[in-house]
Parts: sequence; C-alpha cells; structure tokens
Amino acid sequence: MNFDIALLLIQDGLTNGAIYALLALAILLVFAVTRVLYVPQGEFVAFGALTLATLQQAKVPGTAYLVAGIGALTMALELLTALRQRRTQGLAWSAAMYVAIPLALLGISIVLAPRQPPLVVQVLLTLALVVPLGPMTYRLAIQPIANATVLVLLFVAVAVHYVLMGLGLVFFGAEGWRTPSFTDLRLQLGPMTASGQSILVLAASAVLIVLLWQFFGRTLWGKALRATAMNRTGARLVGIPTEASGRLAFTLAALLGAFSGVLIAPFTTIYYDSGFLVALKGFVGAVIGGMTSYPLAALGAVLVGLLEAFASFYASAFKEVIVFSLLIPFLLWRSLMSRHFEEEPEE
Amino acid sequence: MTPARAAIGVVLALLAAGPLYLPEFYITLVNYVGLYSLVALGLVLLTGIAGLTSFGQAAFVGIGAYATAVASTTFALSPWLGLPIGLALTAAVALVLGWLTLRLSGHYLALGTIAWGISLSYVFGNVEGLGGFNGISSIPPLPLFGAKIETAREFYYLIWGCALLALLSLVNLLNSRPGRAIRALRSAAMAESFGIDTAWFKVVVFVYAAVLAGLAGWLHAHYLRFVNPGPFGIGYSIEYLFMVVVGGAGHVWGAIIGAGLITGLKTWLQDLLPKLFGTSGQFEVIVFGVLIILLLQHAGGGIMPRLARLFPPKRAAAVAPDSADLLPRRTPPARGETILEVDRAYKAFGGLVAVNDVSFAVRAGEILGLIGPNGAGKSTMFNLITGVLPLGHGEVRFRGERIDRLRSRAIVRRGIARTFQHVQLRPAMTVLENAAIGATLRGRHGVVPATLRLDRAEERTILFEAARQLRRVGLGEHLYDAAGSLALGQQRVVEIARALAADPVLLLLDEPAAGLRYQEKEALAALLRSLRGEGMSVLLVEHDMDFVMGLVDRLVVMDFGERIAEGAPEAMQADARVIEAYLGAVA
Repeated sequence: MNFDIALLLIQDGLTNGAIYALLALAILLVFAVTRVLYVPQGEFVAFGALTLATLQQAKVPGTAYLVAGIGALTMALELLTALRQRRTQGLAWSAAMYVAIPLALLGISIVLAPRQPPLVVQVLLTLALVVPLGPMTYRLAIQPIANATVLVLLFVAVAVHYVLMGLGLVFFGAEGWRTPSFTDLRLQLGPMTASGQSILVLAASAVLIVLLWQFFGRTLWGKALRATAMNRTGARLVGIPTEASGRLAFTLAALLGAFSGVLIAPFTTIYYDSGFLVALKGFVGAVIGGMTSYPLAALGAVLVGLLEAFASFYASAFKEVIVFSLLIPFLLWRSLMSRHFEEEPEE
Repeated sequence: MTPARAAIGVVLALLAAGPLYLPEFYITLVNYVGLYSLVALGLVLLTGIAGLTSFGQAAFVGIGAYATAVASTTFALSPWLGLPIGLALTAAVALVLGWLTLRLSGHYLALGTIAWGISLSYVFGNVEGLGGFNGISSIPPLPLFGAKIETAREFYYLIWGCALLALLSLVNLLNSRPGRAIRALRSAAMAESFGIDTAWFKVVVFVYAAVLAGLAGWLHAHYLRFVNPGPFGIGYSIEYLFMVVVGGAGHVWGAIIGAGLITGLKTWLQDLLPKLFGTSGQFEVIVFGVLIILLLQHAGGGIMPRLARLFPPKRAAAVAPDSADLLPRRTPPARGETILEVDRAYKAFGGLVAVNDVSFAVRAGEILGLIGPNGAGKSTMFNLITGVLPLGHGEVRFRGERIDRLRSRAIVRRGIARTFQHVQLRPAMTVLENAAIGATLRGRHGVVPATLRLDRAEERTILFEAARQLRRVGLGEHLYDAAGSLALGQQRVVEIARALAADPVLLLLDEPAAGLRYQEKEALAALLRSLRGEGMSVLLVEHDMDFVMGLVDRLVVMDFGERIAEGAPEAMQADARVIEAYLGAVA
C-alpha cells in the first residue's frame, strides 16, 4: 500500500466513522434513557436514505403513507387507553401529533414531490417524514412494557426491527437506490484530495454532535433526559415523566438515524434491509464506549469506520468478520474492569 | 396418572404415529420442528435457566452441519464419523467463545454473541472449501446396515429420537446436583458462597447448548443433503430465541412448543398472507414481528407456564427419600479452640474507612454477636470474612489458615457457611432444592452422570440431608413449596437450613432476625442454642439488641468502623461507650 491509498482509506474510514458515530450516539441515548438496545435504529437509516432517493425521482415517498398509517394506529391505541382510563386529557395533543401532523406531511409530500424542490427542502421533508416514526414506535411497542427486563426489551426491539424492515420492503420495494452526490466539489488539502461529499458528512456530523451537546447541557429537556438516564426512579420522583423522556429519546434517535441515512445515501446503494448492518457498526462503537460514554462511543465508531476501510482493502471478504470481532476484545476489557457479581434480574 | 403425564403421553403417542397419518408436507414440517427443538432445548438451558442470552446458536448449527458436510464430501468419510467430528468441533469453538464472552454480564453478553454470531456466518460464506455462498451439495444420506436413512419419513424417527433424548437429558440434568448449581447461576454471589464455580458452570451450559445445536446441524446436513450459509445467520439465531421466549423460557417442553408454534405460524403466514394481500413474501415478517410484540406485551412468560397451570404435576421433581445414608461430616474442632481470628482487619472505600483495624476471635462452640448501629461497618466486616471483599490490610485466619485471599467458594470448602442479609433464594425452586444447594460440595457427580441418571444414589443422600436440615429448622411442612411463596421470615430460616446443609464448622448469619415475628425469633434463638449445644460456632451480625442479649456468649461492638467494646452481653449493656454509640452522648 502506498501513502495515497492510505490517505484515501483514512478519508473513507473517517466519513463512514462519522456516520457510525451519529448512530452510536443515538443507540447510547436510547439505551441510557429507556434500557432498550435499539436494534431498529438501522431501519431509520434505510428509511432516511430511501425517502430522499424517492423524492429525488419526483415521487411521493412511501414513508408519507407509512407515517399517516402508523400515526392512525398510534391514535387508536391512545383512544383505547383513554377509554379504559375514562379520561379525555391529552387526547388533543395526541390527535395533533399522530393524526394532524402526519396528514399535513402527507399533503405536503403530495404537493411538493412532483415539483422537485431544492435539495435542502428535500432533506428537511425527509427528516420530517421519518422522525415521527420514532416516537410512534416508542408509544406502540415499548411504552406498554417500559419496565420489563433489558432482555425482554431487546426481544421487542428485534421484533420491531422485523416489522419496520418488512414495512420498508412494502413501501419502498426490493430495489436499492443511491442518491447523486450533494456536491462535486473537490478540495486539495496538502497531499490529499478530499471530496466535498466527505467534508460535508464530517461537518454535518460535527454540527449535529455539538447541537446535541448543547441540547443536553443547556436545555431543561436535555437535562431531564440526562437525569432519567442516571436514575429512572429518581427522575420520576422529581417529576420527570418517564414516558415523555422515552418518547423524546426515540425522537432524537430517529432524527439521528434519518440524518445518517441522508448522509450515507450518496456513498452506497441502500436497500430496505441495509440499515441493520450499518446500525450494528454503530452498536460496536457504542459498546466500545461502554454503553455509557458519548465521546468514547463516538471515538469507537470512528475506529470502526477506519478499521472497516482498511479491512476492505486487505481482506474485503472478511471485512464484517474483522469489524465485529473487534467487539470481543473491548467487551473482555470491559468485563475485566468490573470484577464484581452482577445480579441478574429475576425471571 | 396425573393430567400432566396423560398430556405428555398423548403428545408422544401422536408424535410416534405421525408418519402413519401425516401427509408428506407435514412430515417435513414436523421434521423441521424437531431440528429447531434441539437448538431451542439448548437455549432453554442457556437463556431460560442460566440467564445467558446467545444470539449465536444458528452459527453452532452451522459448524455441526459444515463439519459433517466437508467430512463426508471432500474427505469421503462416513456420515457417522461426521457426527463426532462435528460435535467435537462445535464443542471446541464453544469452549473458546464461551471462555471469551461468558465473563460478560447481561446485555454485554448478548451483544458479544451477536458479534461472533455474525462473524461466523460470514466465515461460512467466505472460507474456501466451504463452497462460498452456494454451499456444499450432494452430501450423502445416512447409511444404516446396508440400507440408508434418506427420506423425510425415515429421518422423522431419527430427528425426533434425538430431540426427545435431548429433552430427557435436560430433565435429568435439571433435577440433579449440577442442575441445581446451574439453576442458581443467576444468583452468582450465593452460588459461589456454596462452592459453585459459576464461571465454569456457565461454560458447561454454553457448551451443552452448542453441542445440541451441532447435533441439529449434523441432522440438517444429511437430511437436506445440502448446506449453505443462509440457515446459519443471525436471523435464525434470533428465531431460536423467539421460540424459547414464546414457549416459555425456563421450561423444557416450552422449547418444543415454541419451535412448533413459530414454525407453524411462519408456514401458515406464508400460506395465508399471499391469499389475503395478493402478493407474496412481504407481509409475513411484519405480521410475525407484530405477533411477537403483542405476545411479549401481554404474555411475557410464554405459553408453557399457562399450560403447566392446566396440567399441574402431582408432585415436585426432586423428592426427598424417607431414609438414606447420612453424608459424611467433617471432624469438628475441640470445644473452646479458637477457630476464626480476625487480626487488625482494615478496609477503606475511597476516603471512607469502613473497617479500621478491627480484631476479634470466635471460639468453637460459642455464639459471638457482632453488633453496632447503622453504618458501623458490620456488613463490611462480614463481607471481608466471607471473601466477597478484599482486605485493605490485616488478616483473617480460619483454623490456623489464612483465608482473606481466598474466594468465597474456597472459603465454604473449609467449613464456613453463611446466610444473606437480603435473602438469596431461587424463588421458583422448591424449598428442598434450595436447601440442597447448600450441600453442593458434599457431592461429586457432574453433568454427564447427571444426564444419564448415574447419580441417583448420591442424589438421595443429598436430598435426604437437605430435608433433614429443613425439618430441624421447623420447615418440614414446606419442603415442596416454591421458596418464593414463603413469608420473608421463613425464607431467612430456609437460608439457615441451606447453610447447615453445607456441614459448616462456623455459621455466619447476617441479620437473621430481621423481618421475623416474636415467636419466630424465639424459635430461631432456640435453634441456635441447640446448634451451639452440638458444638457449632456462630458469628451473628445483628441489629436487634433484644434478640442478641439472651442468646450470645460474647459481643463485639462496632461503631464508625472501630471495635469499641468486647465482652459478655450484660457488661456491654452497661458499657458507657456502647450506650453512647447506640443512644448518643449522655448529656
């Protein structure tokens, strides 16, 4: 390997690593707040990429109908719960969130899509279409058993992954899509030529990470999420509603997932089932961060990206094996660091 | 005949007569259920009982399948040789992977298994000689005395014979000394304190589950006569877990019910949904996922616990015999001999000195009370003696031997048994089985004799001993009740019986009177007195002054990590420092 190839691989690795970092942060956030190991995170990546790809073909993306449908289902569940509890309070809010907004989004999509709006509008519409699926997923699948063991929640997460992947096939079809580059810009940085696309990904990831950091540090809701992550019972006692925290965590995760999908779409062809492997690499990053530290998770994800880039050069058939095997030494190190008996929750 | 036995009999009869009435399509389906059951049975043991989640079982099926495929095609060996080769390879890989990942706890373990589950399935598709993603075809059928096992109907009996034998081996294992150790793995600290090497048993369980999966792989390869990486990927591993969860994790029959239900459901969905929606292959996974979510939300325990309620077994699996040989006992020390010496024990947590150079000794045949107000360092002291926490400095000696560097499972071997401040019983096991965990070190039969029921003579003596100790502490009426169904006070007494079953020289009791009613306390005090009469030494950490005063020979009083007084109970009651510690400064 010569120097140029190494630089190219590093650039590739960093770009992918930045995307994995966003996913690692989302996975970590969801786990910390709700104890769900969020396997379906990958589906949000696929939905983001495929929605954007459909918009670029001037068609109404399947997500527009999907959001309206799942919104209606969520509303039905809310109504049923309200009926059982004999209350009307909160229903107006639910109707706005789960019916009015999704229908408005569907209308906007039908009007805008054939007119080929500028890229920025397409990206914003993509995010607006995919993100509501996050809180809806929480409401439908997780909230009814939010207090179950980590393991049961993991099984639910896997089942949600199946459902969303199946819906992806129905609404986007089996065909894969790759969007055109956002920019053809090339930058000469010393000895290396950086593609504008890579720089865009790195910059966008950095901006998003800083925004998240500000959100957690400065806003009341950000602090509430941190409190819930640290001590669920304690947070509840000081008046932070666990359900709202969970919903918010899933919303943010959906945003990060959809955004990652938008970023990754020009690099690789995305199919309805591509998200799983991409998100698993985010998982590897999050585990390297010990499922607790955001900066370490982001670093871990970048490491995964770099390792993957070099592995695909040297032993491309075993790329995935190498990446996933990276987990084991880190897991071992983690478990050696905490040499105490952890009591498993009762069955 | 009990309803449970009748139900099992009907199921077995229907199964045995299967090829007589089932059409070809259903024979194939039932064969698959049998193959999946084998894997699911391993997972019941691993996940349902030992609490270890594996997302990699399909990969073990793959190792078994590929091993025999390569052996019988590339090397042209007999398929019957492929079986031991496949099982040995599966066990070897499981041993290495288990050693690497089983130290991880909880969700880390799940993630670790996902990692190697995915890695192994990529290896199948990419290693030369394994046929890549096209796989290996024209694997020979199983030769049998000149004839061969080839068709679905012929394989039916072989597959189900294996599955039922696996089920039987599991039932036997669970109702044995190593089985109780495995069922105690979720309470690791308790298991270790009775001599169970939890790390080793985790590996054993993991290898056991992997070997069952490898066996399924061998059957798979010769039944389908074709292997490719598809069925050994992470998706199938997840499905195996769903089978166990749907069937009811922790129930052996749940594995077969789960395997049948999931396989049936998927076939039915594949058949039905295209008729409903007009397209094929898109909706099964959605409906399947939704059904799993609904099941987890509304019937978390799975199917089997509900069925078990319909067909209650007449009696518990483990029954104490009316008579049996007594287990050998260790030689007791002479009365009055110093057995436990704590010599300037010191322990600090960061800046907080929890135990500061505390010394005391316990003599054979006495009850020593360790008391002090909240935060005095009693529990820390207790953990230092039992090997749960390492000492900062100082020494703990038992019968002249230093034990402060030993693990808790080595300490119990020397004759110290303990109870726990927060009761550590296995709630779903019977009182008798819980007490029998205490006698773990007094038996020697391992997993293999247990599955073959070669351990029955020893098992009788262990259960007899457990029942004897339970009768002695006054719980003879409750031998076959689930431990979790007893009142808290009774559960504490079960803990004492369990400790006695370990044949200790020294009994360490951590607040045994907490949560007991007045009569129960009286009974407990009487029991401890009679134990002392037999030469037992007792170290009692207690809060309850009244309980301690009439019972102990001597008291050691701690406050703020220091030993502030030691002597006879009456002298301690009058000691100014003790009064100050308990009631505050005398104004």
